Amino acid sequence: MAFDWRDYPSQQLYDELVDEQGRPRPCGHTLANFLAGLSEQELATARSSAEYAIKEMGITFTVYGEGSSIDRAWPIDIIPRIICHSEWKGIEAGLKQRVEALNLFIDDLYHKQQIIKDGVFPADLLKKSVNFRPQCVGIKPPHGIWAHICGSDLVRDGQGTMFVLEDNLRVPSGVSYMLENRSVMKRVFPELFEQVSVLPVNDYPSQLFDMLCAMTPRPQDTPEVVVLTPGVYNSAYFEHCYLAQEMGCELVEGRDLMVDDNDIVYMKTVFGRRRVDVIYRRIDDLFLDPEAFNPESQLGVPGLMRAWRSGNVALVNAPGAGVADDKVVYAYVPDIIRYYLGEDAKIPNVETYRCYEPDAFNYVTENIDKLVVKPANESGGYGLLIGPRSTKKQQQECIERIKADPRNFIAQPTLSLSTVPTLDGNSIEGRHVDLRPFILSSGHQTHVTTGGLTRVALVKGSLVVNSSQGGGSKDTWIVEEEGR
Amino acid sequence: MLSRVAETLYWTARYVERAENVARLVNVNNLLLMDLPRGVSPGWEPLVDIIGHRELYEELHEEFPEKHVIKFLTVDGRNPSSILNSLLYARDNTRTVREVMPRQVWEAVNSLYHYVKENPHECLSKRGRFVFLKHVVESVHMIFGALDATINHDQGYTFIRFGSLLERADMTSRIIDVRSATLIDSPDGAPFENIQWISVLRSLSAYQMYRQQMGVRVKAEDVLQFMLKSETFPRSVTFCLKQLKRLNQDLPNNTQMVERIEHSIDELANQEVTQLKGSALHDYIDELQIDLADIHQQLAEQYFLH
Repeated sequence: MAFDWRDYPSQQLYDELVDEQGRPRPCGHTLANFLAGLSEQELATARSSAEYAIKEMGITFTVYGEGSSIDRAWPIDIIPRIICHSEWKGIEAGLKQRVEALNLFIDDLYHKQQIIKDGVFPADLLKKSVNFRPQCVGIKPPHGIWAHICGSDLVRDGQGTMFVLEDNLRVPSGVSYMLENRSVMKRVFPELFEQVSVLPVNDYPSQLFDMLCAMTPRPQDTPEVVVLTPGVYNSAYFEHCYLAQEMGCELVEGRDLMVDDNDIVYMKTVFGRRRVDVIYRRIDDLFLDPEAFNPESQLGVPGLMRAWRSGNVALVNAPGAGVADDKVVYAYVPDIIRYYLGEDAKIPNVETYRCYEPDAFNYVTENIDKLVVKPANESGGYGLLIGPRSTKKQQQECIERIKADPRNFIAQPTLSLSTVPTLDGNSIEGRHVDLRPFILSSGHQTHVTTGGLTRVALVKGSLVVNSSQGGGSKDTWIVEEEGR
Repeated sequence: MLSRVAETLYWTARYVERAENVARLVNVNNLLLMDLPRGVSPGWEPLVDIIGHRELYEELHEEFPEKHVIKFLTVDGRNPSSILNSLLYARDNTRTVREVMPRQVWEAVNSLYHYVKENPHECLSKRGRFVFLKHVVESVHMIFGALDATINHDQGYTFIRFGSLLERADMTSRIIDVRSATLIDSPDGAPFENIQWISVLRSLSAYQMYRQQMGVRVKAEDVLQFMLKSETFPRSVTFCLKQLKRLNQDLPNNTQMVERIEHSIDELANQEVTQLKGSALHDYIDELQIDLADIHQQLAEQYFLH
């Protein structure tokens, strides 16, 4: 044996593959033994074949501010992350519950605002929400769905419990990497797929396409579905191309579309205009339509909101869905689930301090060195303070920022995130991970991806998993319990 | 097919084709100059005129030594028609239509760009130049070959073919224009006229085919006839125009376009080119280039984004 799991430094953290004594957990025997049997040479070969596959398949992501070199190879760690199917079923049910409640919540906010009238959600919070769009009030999108595609971030704490860390309801990205990670892994360890029964993930593009088609305003005809991208310089451009290719639909930019006086959307083709029914938009709300939002936007389509309001085109996700994609709203999700569904949340939230509440504010300023502070509306890990890893000066600056705008901040205890064995040079060591599954809602059906995108902090001890800040990713395997 | 995508494919093909044409041009001139005695040779200056950037060149350099001209044509980031920039534009374009481009083609364009960018010293050294330019020409053949073999032959491919054919016709007319001017005006060069016309043919990869079609002797009139009017040689202007016309028949709303191209073909057919000399030839080529620009213009108005 080349590697002994008893030597695996798990640092008193919860490791998802092996327990404290280095014994594989229930679903991990085959993988753990397989890895233990690989020589250093075999591991190195596997890694270089993964790197070759990534380069050859052109799997890239884009980092802002790197000058002319805008593409970077997508970093994949070759050791998969395993989750038991039995546990996954519970998570899947919890995610469906969550997204169902969030859609009801968003729809309520743009209509009667009953949840505010009933005193469950404070009116004040809505007033100060930067993602509430007054332009959307009263609009009825097909089947009452606003957040058709949701990417929720899950983490496991030191005891092994899964929590929801945040919900991404605007334009969540990463699903293409989930799919590509699997194709890379099939090339790297084909023999493992024979030994372990891994549930497939490649249904996603067809489910996405079906969901998009179900939103069409003209159900009698074959719908024309397009993917709207901000263009080649967007960090997720690879994904936009990938999904358009997989679904066999056009990838359009704002300048390819136009809205006529009858509020119908067309794309400009070599045959002339062609009507568009469903737009999977990967442009933020504020850039979507210069007539309705930012008049400076070059990315959007003038008149798109008119067309949507008239029900002539479906926008996915609906504008304004981001109102629930706010870390302060997040703190209310358990209440929101109880209010609309009369159920308790199946997946717990991480304990969250809302800085605009005086008690919480005091607690946060006094314990800032133990907490993670997050601005309400940033993504990609920007503007985050990790208390235990920050200097006094940074903490003080953070407190000033909170004082200036308490509504915009929440704080959470620093979780000791679970680890997964990860290749570092020639050795296998634990690294922290999170998980982003994607949930598709069409009103009739809800689909959750089988697993999702596992992001891993490649630097030892680091908790930052964002690819824009040095994180990597892993293939996520949902597997049946092994009979041992 | 989105208008933007059609336009991008068209320009990608033009840029890739241009990179190949410039590579061949430099290579052939390089070989020609070894055959000509010093003083007789037109040197490198005509190449700057062929690609139409004399003004820009003169802003950068006063004279036309080999070193400066070759750099300008191949790896100079300041010349929009250098091989490096043509490939840069082609690559940027390919990237924005990655969803319709076969993966292999994207990879080939990408790696050729990197090759040119990372090996400028090869191109600038006398020894490395041949291999460098050969690699550019061969890679471009590979790119077009891969396109022909792996992309759907639908409108998208039609626009790629369009870009490639128009660029070829354009380059052929430029080479004839500049070369005939420098040859005709230098009576001292008469003994070497023959090898210079051979090099004109070579810069269009036309020498072998000329021999097959036009016989053994290389004469100015015959070269003109062949380059402008051959119905079978894929770089002659007539051949390119006829292909354009045929391709156009697959496109929607094509009546005007087809008529426009037919008009140019007829003009060329009725022109007695062997009799053209000196300024008359130059004026005629001018007209021909305006024709080609006009075809491009009409194509853009009919099908591209605006």
